[in-house]
Amino acid sequence: MNISSLLNPVVRDMPPSGIRKFFDLVNEMKDAISLSIGEPDFDTPWRVREAGIYSLEQGHTHYSPNAGYMQLREEISNYLNRKYSLQYDCKNEIIVTVGGSEAIDLCLRSIVCSGDEVIIPEPCFVAYKPCVQFAGGNPVIIELNASNAFKLTVDMLQKAVTSKTKALILPFPNNPTGAIMTKQDLLPIAEYLRDKDIVVISDEIYSELTYDEKHVSIASFPWMKEKTIVINGFSKAFAMTGWRLGYACGPKEIISAMYKIHQYAIMCSPTTSQYAAIEALKNADSEVDSMVREYNRRRRVMIDGFRKAGLDCFEPLGAFYVFPCIKSTGLTSEEFCEKLLLDKKVAVVPGTAFGSCGQGFVRACYASSMDNIVEAMRRINSFVNDLKHRT
Amino acid sequence: MEEILEILEKNSRLTPEEIAVMLGKNVNEVKDAIDYFEKHKIILGYNTLINWEKTSKESVTALIEVKVTPQRGEGFDKVAERIYKFPEVKSCYLMSGGFDLTVIIEGKTMKEVALFVAEKLAPLESVLSTATHFVLKKYKAEGTIFDLKDKDDREAVVL
Repeated sequence: MNISSLLNPVVRDMPPSGIRKFFDLVNEMKDAISLSIGEPDFDTPWRVREAGIYSLEQGHTHYSPNAGYMQLREEISNYLNRKYSLQYDCKNEIIVTVGGSEAIDLCLRSIVCSGDEVIIPEPCFVAYKPCVQFAGGNPVIIELNASNAFKLTVDMLQKAVTSKTKALILPFPNNPTGAIMTKQDLLPIAEYLRDKDIVVISDEIYSELTYDEKHVSIASFPWMKEKTIVINGFSKAFAMTGWRLGYACGPKEIISAMYKIHQYAIMCSPTTSQYAAIEALKNADSEVDSMVREYNRRRRVMIDGFRKAGLDCFEPLGAFYVFPCIKSTGLTSEEFCEKLLLDKKVAVVPGTAFGSCGQGFVRACYASSMDNIVEAMRRINSFVNDLKHRT
Repeated sequence: MEEILEILEKNSRLTPEEIAVMLGKNVNEVKDAIDYFEKHKIILGYNTLINWEKTSKESVTALIEVKVTPQRGEGFDKVAERIYKFPEVKSCYLMSGGFDLTVIIEGKTMKEVALFVAEKLAPLESVLSTATHFVLKKYKAEGTIFDLKDKDDREAVVL
């Protein structure tokens, strides 16, 4: 029997992640400085961990309600209102998920029908495109560019929209570019979408990590709320990646569809994580502030380092990534990353991992200690100089 | 500019050039600010936090609760001054609650600390009583945990 023939062709024919091999190499080189890991280097604030531990001591080791504890949903509702002026009813407009990733998948599976088009601006988080395909949809890629600070414009969007467009994924602050969309940037997009039957999946997982101005959600435009699903979570803001906890907020029709899939596939999100998350939302503002201030310093040191090495680097104002252009070295992104790893033991990720328009760029993450960053930038500087002298 | 203090408090070895990059400021602005902080005694010094337990140097630390009689016209300040001027005194705080001054003493041996209390501190006219507590182990000081893992053991994952 050819067991492969039994596989779902959509899954079988999905290419494995292009950077898997590179990451295996990174993991083998134990003494390399890694700027490749897209997660906070900070441990979860102690008060949050302690709340999780306490919940275990109290015996809170059972299932939670499918949509998440009501107290947590209330706190999410308060938090979104306090931070981004978003109003969601905790009873039927919020669902707690296993990370933001589950929320993205649920949302796509709830709305996408076979043949529907979902617009994805690239470079972006690696999961959107496969999730659209797993849901039976067709990804339509918009290529963002550095000359425009990797922002999405209404012209680009207009060109991508067809009668089959079901949804737009709006991933800002952006992984891997660090680009943000300000209120002024969002307004024309929101105006354009006003009378369109297109769902916006706004992935705002990095919303706490902005360095110039506060994050603005597209759902805060009154007419956009009814067609936007806001995805957020605890991983990036509260350094809680391993707890696997996120949430989605939006119109109750879509949330209740997502709820159906969630309750049968997942049951509920981890109970311990939910107790910890309540503490995070209620009492960890100052810890988040101090992490953001530290990220901001590292961000400036990293941008300065790339520019001093002679690489073009637009100023990223969100998330924790810098996305310098390495075209001047004459190498492809993959060559640059592999050579840098082997020659200088510094790991950064080829931009192509996030879409083919990432060619000529690399992603460096500043969620790493300042000492690591300073040393890595010193090595990158000497690497780029070596390249220049060789040519 | 107070962020400069926050940065220096964590690592006083950073140069004004490095701090300027971190804050997106001009080097001269940072230098001027540090000069100002030094001149106005906002920055009092640049110390190094040392875990002496890992060296061969013998040392003991004691925390002493001191009850005193405040002096007319000068309150506690004059009494405190008589105490904190001794070089053995590492820290001295005026407290609310059951006693008046916390005095932290460092000495080579327990005997040395005991002698200091018996011969210098307790006999002072305004000192009513003392209670000496020896430190057995330091876990955290000045916001730094002494035995902290600092290895980045995160694995690369696709995202």
